[in-house]
Amino acid sequence: MAKSNTGTGKGSARRAAAATPATAGAEAAEAPPDRLAPTELSAAQQLELYRFMKLNRMLEERLGNLYRQGKVVGGLYSSRGQEATSVGSAYALAPQDFMGPLIRNLGSMLVRGVKPREVMMQYMAKGGSPTGGKDGNTHFGDLSRGLVAPISMLGALIPVMAGVALAGRMQGRDLVALTYIGDGGTSTGDFHEGLNLAAVLGVPLVVIAEHNGYAYSTPTSRQMRIQDIAARAAAYGIPGEIVDGNDVLAVHAVTKRAVERARAGGGPTLIESKTFRMKGHAEHDDAGYVPPELFERWRRRDPIERFERHLAAGGLATAEELARIAAAIDAELVAEMDYALASPMPPPERALVGVYAT
Amino acid sequence: MSVVTYLEAIRQALWEEMESDPRVFLLGQDVGTYGGPFRVTAGMLDRFGPERVIDTPISESAMVGAAIGAAMLGMRPVVEMQFIDFISCAFNQIVNFAGPNHYRWAQQVPLVIRGPAGGNVHGSAFHSQNPESYFQHTPGLKIVAPATVADAYGLLKAAIRDPNPVLYFEHKYLYRRIKEELPAAAKPGPAAAEGPAAGLPGPVGAEGAVGEGVMAGAAGAAATGGDGLVPLGKARLARPGRDLSVISYGAMLHVALEAAERLAAEGIDLEVLDLRTVKPLDEEAILATVRKTNRVLVLTEEQLSGSVAGEVAARIAERGFAWLDGPVHRLCCPDTPVPYSPTLEEAYLPNVDTLVARVRELASY
Repeated sequence: MAKSNTGTGKGSARRAAAATPATAGAEAAEAPPDRLAPTELSAAQQLELYRFMKLNRMLEERLGNLYRQGKVVGGLYSSRGQEATSVGSAYALAPQDFMGPLIRNLGSMLVRGVKPREVMMQYMAKGGSPTGGKDGNTHFGDLSRGLVAPISMLGALIPVMAGVALAGRMQGRDLVALTYIGDGGTSTGDFHEGLNLAAVLGVPLVVIAEHNGYAYSTPTSRQMRIQDIAARAAAYGIPGEIVDGNDVLAVHAVTKRAVERARAGGGPTLIESKTFRMKGHAEHDDAGYVPPELFERWRRRDPIERFERHLAAGGLATAEELARIAAAIDAELVAEMDYALASPMPPPERALVGVYAT
Repeated sequence: MSVVTYLEAIRQALWEEMESDPRVFLLGQDVGTYGGPFRVTAGMLDRFGPERVIDTPISESAMVGAAIGAAMLGMRPVVEMQFIDFISCAFNQIVNFAGPNHYRWAQQVPLVIRGPAGGNVHGSAFHSQNPESYFQHTPGLKIVAPATVADAYGLLKAAIRDPNPVLYFEHKYLYRRIKEELPAAAKPGPAAAEGPAAGLPGPVGAEGAVGEGVMAGAAGAAATGGDGLVPLGKARLARPGRDLSVISYGAMLHVALEAAERLAAEGIDLEVLDLRTVKPLDEEAILATVRKTNRVLVLTEEQLSGSVAGEVAARIAERGFAWLDGPVHRLCCPDTPVPYSPTLEEAYLPNVDTLVARVRELASY
């Protein structure tokens, strides 16, 4: 099954248009096309993408259950509806590349090798979590997997990842740095400072702006007067691309192009992914401020269901095969959850250690 | 041996670390072509090239953020704040990213942020600040503030080699006012550009001030270790005394030493402790001087409220109370911005007269 997909020649990524007045940016979505972007990925690779997206969603559903059972000691953040952006972009990286994910990029972290139990233990504040209980949720990193932990202050990762890209160039490591920002996060000073510095230094950085409609309760129209975040790339003299963020193949293709350009010395790229946040800011938030018809419109564009239709239409996987993938993920998650639930909380004395590196 | 100023010692330390460690690089505004407004980085662009001496946009937050990223990948970035006052523009990166990083996920961030601090140069509100108190509150940071040439040299080298984020506050009033001997072989400059550095320097001279140093009493800083490195977190007894202790650092240390000379004539024998590292504090040295003299004054160039001086005083009150014969005094700047006019700034800064008066008061206990 070498056939990739049935897409026509036109990619679904396009260059940023000139600035236009804002409506609610993410609302500009077109009717739900089942036809995804053309791809160079093999059938096996596409099924791997599918598995990551499905794992992303099913892991978050498991976490939602744990949250409702009171097992998650802090907040829970969902990337439902945005799985294609995380997975498709992370999949475009090479092993030596680095990534700085945000709170809605669980899928990106899974692609980089993060295990469900690590995330579960983070959320449940277990002693065996990657941070030993010192931090929660997806706020952990591991340089051996090319992962830099974020901080909650949005925008801060952009200059940091520019520095990662700079160091990689100085060290001759041939690496590209990738990070994410939301539509709300583009209003920060660090978004500007970081992209501008990266552009001036010409470092290999790719920034994906997830235009998902809302920053907590604030619609994009209250963040900016422009329609397309990608239009901002012009201000830095770098390429700006717009992609259908619910088409995993399009996200992968546009990211791959940007990564290759960066690796070849072409400097940073700003990619705007048009998508939608299908839940509230966090689990406690019912998102009552989002008009129901918006949810309905984007539900028809669900990235996983679209990909399933693509896989079926292209003869890449039968319904039974996809069901087997889901069943395997479910079994894995049950085992991971049993492990995470059984693991102990950190010993209290650990609270005082590790402030300084020695 | 060669006599160098405080400023030249900073430059020499930077230069030598650049020579000996390819991971060290500079980020800052006007540090390259221009060599920095105080010439600290003069000549470095020619010697080390634009990949290691990087002129940046006016983006303090991005400078520090990029340094954090590079540090995590194993580099040893040194960020210059053109004036340390501008460090507040990078506050988030420092207090939320760099400081807590190792605690949060065990990833070290070995970087240095340095720049000219302090007043008494008519720099007004935005070119005179001493911002250490903002950062002493942040876990994971280290803060140093050298008072002598040898410490300017040795603390910077130690800061660059430390695996943690270190804020290095150099006092611009001292830049060209104090001189001491440093090993000549390693002195940077056009000559050094002809080849690799002639190795690390030998012991830093402890012979005392030489040349026309206007603050002769300040020198004689004994460095520890043969390479001139001064360990972080270790205070230095700048002047042993019997009667009363003044704990200080930076330019104010020289005020303390001058006051000590004047008070000696009155029969009051001051002990002066130079903290050198503001965070983490050398509590052992602080309590040792309390035990010895039983009367303590903390002298710093910060605004009084929420100051490092307050933290030192609190620790003495908690852990040294039994040895105290009188209240712990703080002599700092008033809680105002730094004023511009010389008459106002003079009134604002602690000086020998105000210190002597406070010491006499404290000595009466």
